[in-house]
Amino acid sequence: MSIGAITARFQLNYGDFQFDVDLVLPGSGVTVLLGSSGCGKTTLLRCMAGLEHPPHGKFSINGNVWQDSEKNLFLPTYQRNLGYVFQEANLFPHLTVLDNLRFGLKRISKQPFINDKLTAITTLLGINLLLDRMPDHLSGGEKQRVAIARALILNPTILLMDEPLASLDSRRKQEVMPYLLTLQQEFNIPIVYVTHSQQEAAQLADYLVLLENGHVQASGNINETLGRIDLPLAKEKEAAVVWQAVITSHEPEFRLTNVDFKGGSLSLPMVDAPPGTKQRVQIHARDVSITLQAPSQTSILNVLSATITGITDDLDGQTVVQLQVGQLTLLSHVTRKSAQLLALKIGLLVFAQIKGTSLLH
Amino acid sequence: MLNEADLAALWLTFKIASLSTTIMLIVGTPLAWWLARAQSRWKGFCNALVALPLVLPPTVLGFYLLILMGPNGVVGQITETLGLGTLPFTFGGLVVASVLYSMPFVVQPLQASFSAIGRQPLEAAATLRASPLDTFFSIVLPLAKPGFLTATILGFTHTVGEFGVVLMVGGNIPGITRVVSVQIYNHVEALEYPQTHWLAGGLLVFSFTVLFILYSVLKTQPAAQPFK
Repeated sequence: MSIGAITARFQLNYGDFQFDVDLVLPGSGVTVLLGSSGCGKTTLLRCMAGLEHPPHGKFSINGNVWQDSEKNLFLPTYQRNLGYVFQEANLFPHLTVLDNLRFGLKRISKQPFINDKLTAITTLLGINLLLDRMPDHLSGGEKQRVAIARALILNPTILLMDEPLASLDSRRKQEVMPYLLTLQQEFNIPIVYVTHSQQEAAQLADYLVLLENGHVQASGNINETLGRIDLPLAKEKEAAVVWQAVITSHEPEFRLTNVDFKGGSLSLPMVDAPPGTKQRVQIHARDVSITLQAPSQTSILNVLSATITGITDDLDGQTVVQLQVGQLTLLSHVTRKSAQLLALKIGLLVFAQIKGTSLLH
Repeated sequence: MLNEADLAALWLTFKIASLSTTIMLIVGTPLAWWLARAQSRWKGFCNALVALPLVLPPTVLGFYLLILMGPNGVVGQITETLGLGTLPFTFGGLVVASVLYSMPFVVQPLQASFSAIGRQPLEAAATLRASPLDTFFSIVLPLAKPGFLTATILGFTHTVGEFGVVLMVGGNIPGITRVVSVQIYNHVEALEYPQTHWLAGGLLVFSFTVLFILYSVLKTQPAAQPFK
């Protein structure tokens, strides 16, 4: 199993909607397909699952070829070892939760000794007390957790999730999100996750694919892609990068936690987790300011030396500055006037002051 | 009370209705599935063809069946070549006519409940390793249960109640084609009103009871009710 082990190439033509995608995705971790509605992200996921049959396409995952139109190969969905979670949980209404969970199991294995696995997964997703219920008697969040368990229990090669939180209200979203976060840690399978929510993407993605109008606008590691100033995302008010860091120590007297990232360290508001835990940090471009000299007296804790790697102007008198800090990318929104006064240009060594960070998990 | 001829007519009616309903379910299920799922340009044509007996006078249908299945008709010549003789005025002929005549009462409720299921449960089943045939038996059949119940009962009761087609295709042969509705007609012709009441009243009570039970059962599953 190597990185870059998913190949997805599909061409479809729905009258005025042209869908043409050519991607190589990592064979592990969470890939988020992000885009507004109608951009083709669900179509891409359905092509991967074989629920759509594009006449021209190739899909392979970690060595298994599921579609290759040049060789006239197309495995129907039911022969693909995948897990799929639909936007609406799509449980079978005439079966209990337990029978929904067993539906796929009965079809892949003749052995009756699957109870351990069932217990493990239902406990992990917090649905072990719901097994005798009918789907109609579950809340939206519970349904979606059952749907996730039903997909995972088959040990799929890949888990495909189509906006699993989109039909839930914000409280139910908060209820399901922690389970999604544990999935990455507990199951070592690649997940492809479709969403239109940048916040969900920031929370979950290791790898990010931006889709627009049936085409790939950008794809890459989450930090790299969110930090690209040639994309509209970087100019939005909410523009932010995501850093994956590791907790190194705590300073309880200041209610602070220190984390390391590739090439530096940060102080964050106290996190209740032991050193060694992975921590995702979101840094908004509007919270990052730039100075030319190391500030000697400042209230800001996180001052990082950085190199300017890109500058672009947006329409509202703002300048977007792309910075390299260690091996990671950071964005800063400054006024165009400051950018001129400081004579910011590519290659300049500066200091980035980070006024605030958001902890994602 | 009922005489021997009445009982023979009742028994014959029951046999024809049971056999026709069985055949209609076997033929109608794949047909209804295709009509509910396919996007073929022949769909409208087939829908119209299946629904035709709903609007056509039974005598018209009976007349053309008589011509088609007669010795000079296409179907008649085929059955004669096969050594089956011709179908009009036989039990087999009546079953064929009943199947065609009552088919919309089986196909339409099935088609409605198949459409109501939608593609989502089918796709979910496919992602859980169920082949299309497996999905049909494990998901579609149980979810379409009310549709099958309606189709069976409407198909059966409608066949019991047919008259015009029977008279055209089957005639009035005791024990072979003389069904209850024809027997009632005979009684009325002979001004045997008490006899008529026993059969006609019996049929009325039977039909109402069956439909009452059907709609009471379906009321508990409103989402799946094909006829509202």
